[in-house]
Amino acid sequence: MAEIKLVSLAHSYQTSPSAPEDYAIRQMNHVWEQGGAYALLGPSGCGKSTLLNIISGLLIPSSGHVLFDGEEVNHLSPAQRNVAQVFQFPVVYDTMTVYDNLAFPLRNLGKDKATIDKRVREIAAALELDSDLLRKANNLSADDKQKVSMGRGLVRDEVSAILLDEPLTVIDPSLKWKLRRQLKRLHQQFDITMVLVTHDQLEASTFADKIALMYQGQIVQNGTPQELFEQPAHTFVGYFIGSPGMNFIEVSLHDGCACFAGLSVPVDLATYDIAVNLGSNNMKLGIRPEFVRLHEQSQAGALDALVTNIEDLGSYKIVTIEIAGQPIKARIEEDDWVPTDRVYLSFPLPWLKLYADEYLVKAV
Amino acid sequence: MSLTLNNVSRSVNGELHLSDISMSLSAGSFNVLLGRTLAGKTSLMRLMAGLDKPDSGQILMHGENVLGVPIQRRNVSMVYQQFINYPHLSVFDNIASPLRVAGKSASVIDNKVREIASLLHIEEFLKRFPLELSGGQQQRTAMARALVKDASLILFDEPLANLDYKLREELRTELRDLFKESKTVVVYATTEPSEALALGGVTTLLHQGRAIQSGPAHIVYAQPDNILAAELFSEPSLNMLFDYQSNNDERFAIRPEHITLAATKETDLALELTVDVAEISGSETFLHMRKQAIKRGTDDQPQEIVARLRGIHHYQTGDTVRAYFPQAKLFRFDADGHILDPKKSSVEAVQGKHAKGAANG
Repeated sequence: MAEIKLVSLAHSYQTSPSAPEDYAIRQMNHVWEQGGAYALLGPSGCGKSTLLNIISGLLIPSSGHVLFDGEEVNHLSPAQRNVAQVFQFPVVYDTMTVYDNLAFPLRNLGKDKATIDKRVREIAAALELDSDLLRKANNLSADDKQKVSMGRGLVRDEVSAILLDEPLTVIDPSLKWKLRRQLKRLHQQFDITMVLVTHDQLEASTFADKIALMYQGQIVQNGTPQELFEQPAHTFVGYFIGSPGMNFIEVSLHDGCACFAGLSVPVDLATYDIAVNLGSNNMKLGIRPEFVRLHEQSQAGALDALVTNIEDLGSYKIVTIEIAGQPIKARIEEDDWVPTDRVYLSFPLPWLKLYADEYLVKAV
Repeated sequence: MSLTLNNVSRSVNGELHLSDISMSLSAGSFNVLLGRTLAGKTSLMRLMAGLDKPDSGQILMHGENVLGVPIQRRNVSMVYQQFINYPHLSVFDNIASPLRVAGKSASVIDNKVREIASLLHIEEFLKRFPLELSGGQQQRTAMARALVKDASLILFDEPLANLDYKLREELRTELRDLFKESKTVVVYATTEPSEALALGGVTTLLHQGRAIQSGPAHIVYAQPDNILAAELFSEPSLNMLFDYQSNNDERFAIRPEHITLAATKETDLALELTVDVAEISGSETFLHMRKQAIKRGTDDQPQEIVARLRGIHHYQTGDTVRAYFPQAKLFRFDADGHILDPKKSSVEAVQGKHAKGAANG
């Protein structure tokens, strides 16, 4: 079991990279502490698989260091690093029983029968595979096969970390819930560093204590699901986390307000002062659809707007509102008042964020 | 053009794939087939496309029996989960291929390809080859090829399943907009209830080869005909409330999103539950709870209840919470699983060893 530390790590698939965009991983420092449950989240092409391959040892980084418990492992093979990996598609031996599949990594290590038996049963119980131990793997459903695949990753108790590369992608949505909970329970039970790579925000946030969100070869934010939702550090985090993503409006700053199309929205003054001093001409106002307030009647500070679309999503609705040609989405709950045409909207101050050059302006 | 299926069934090697399905899809309609893996979605679409034949029943296109009409003459397009493109052809030539087969002139092809490519935001990639594109761009190319020939029937078989969820969200909206003004019959298969709701249109629930319920998505969601329909449209699972039973074997259920941790009314039903795990998604918490303390290896089947709560709620495994079930949100089913009028349900009608209203609890 190990703490994984990345120091000045960078990687390019090109022989002589020059511009930042030549790098699949732009220079970064990062720490995954021993025993944590982590997710590496991002869209396809963001560099998350490259990063995972560097950690597991399938890829040697162009520069920088990968440290396991302080020891550099850059040139160690995956086996020497002793990391377990679970892949998108189940890796099981179809002709073997579930028991033999789970026992396989331990037999390879020459463990004695009693140790193997104890460990296999322990893992099988945790994954609720106890009653399937004697079944042949090829008779299992896709999700049970993936459970066996995960079990094989977990069965060696001395691994330094478990890396999971989109393990739930092939699982039916109705079963994903169950498997995710089992994964979480396994993590709690075995106290092992686990890094889950995924492009699914729900999967990441429900599994991980901390999510590293990657974009263009960089980790743009590393935080709890709540932090990523409530305090997106970058406009990409605002966009990527949440469905629909955060609303952004290009603004200029005057008299303590964020201004667009002749309208003024008051913002937090401490943040305003910092933002003005940054002198950026790429300033955006951000607010999540969940925090936009809609009112039937005109009221102080509320902006007058028109409803252009309403999507009924069952237990809630997404209302699209246009204000000075700028679309804004708001979420309303099932039993809330539903606007039809004209609506007044307000932005609660704590949830109104300012972004300068795409990065969150933070009040100290 | 419209598409009608009358009592269509199909078995393969003695295994029932589709059973007695009747559907009527009108011109310009957007139809969603919602069901789990192996529910029969692909089998049904293959019949609609004319790739397979039913064992019994009729398939009528515009009132005319299509069995026997060669597939080339049916004007049908299909988009699959795997992005299928010709790897040796440029994006332009990929999109143009159905038009070339149809013998259209070079200028018509050029106009049409550019128009569709711009609708799907791939106009800048026309000279590239599919494998030089991201997954989302490859799938857009496959969609563009399906759209370019103005098919009267387009079938989408989980087209977004292999894409990241943000792309799915965007493409879903684009797809809906694309067909808003069109006369094409669109059929779209998905395993995700949230996707069926987001697409809107007419949802048909499929399960084990049968059509369970059909109607506008938000109506099927809000007014399921039976337990199975409620369950298929629930993510995470529908909660059966076994503690509440009436004398004539009625059963009660509630969706995860309708459970609250604070009483909304005096008539709310309530239960003491033990927290199994709290999954926090940032804006929501999925609280998985059990009716009794977690004990493994006993014969007792603990009842599991999951609540989908707004906001962040921190709980530890083993914590005790009181969960409330607003009566207006309860589904009431008869012994056969058919829905009963929820308005007739009241706390007085509910009996059982643990039944307890919020007011006296």
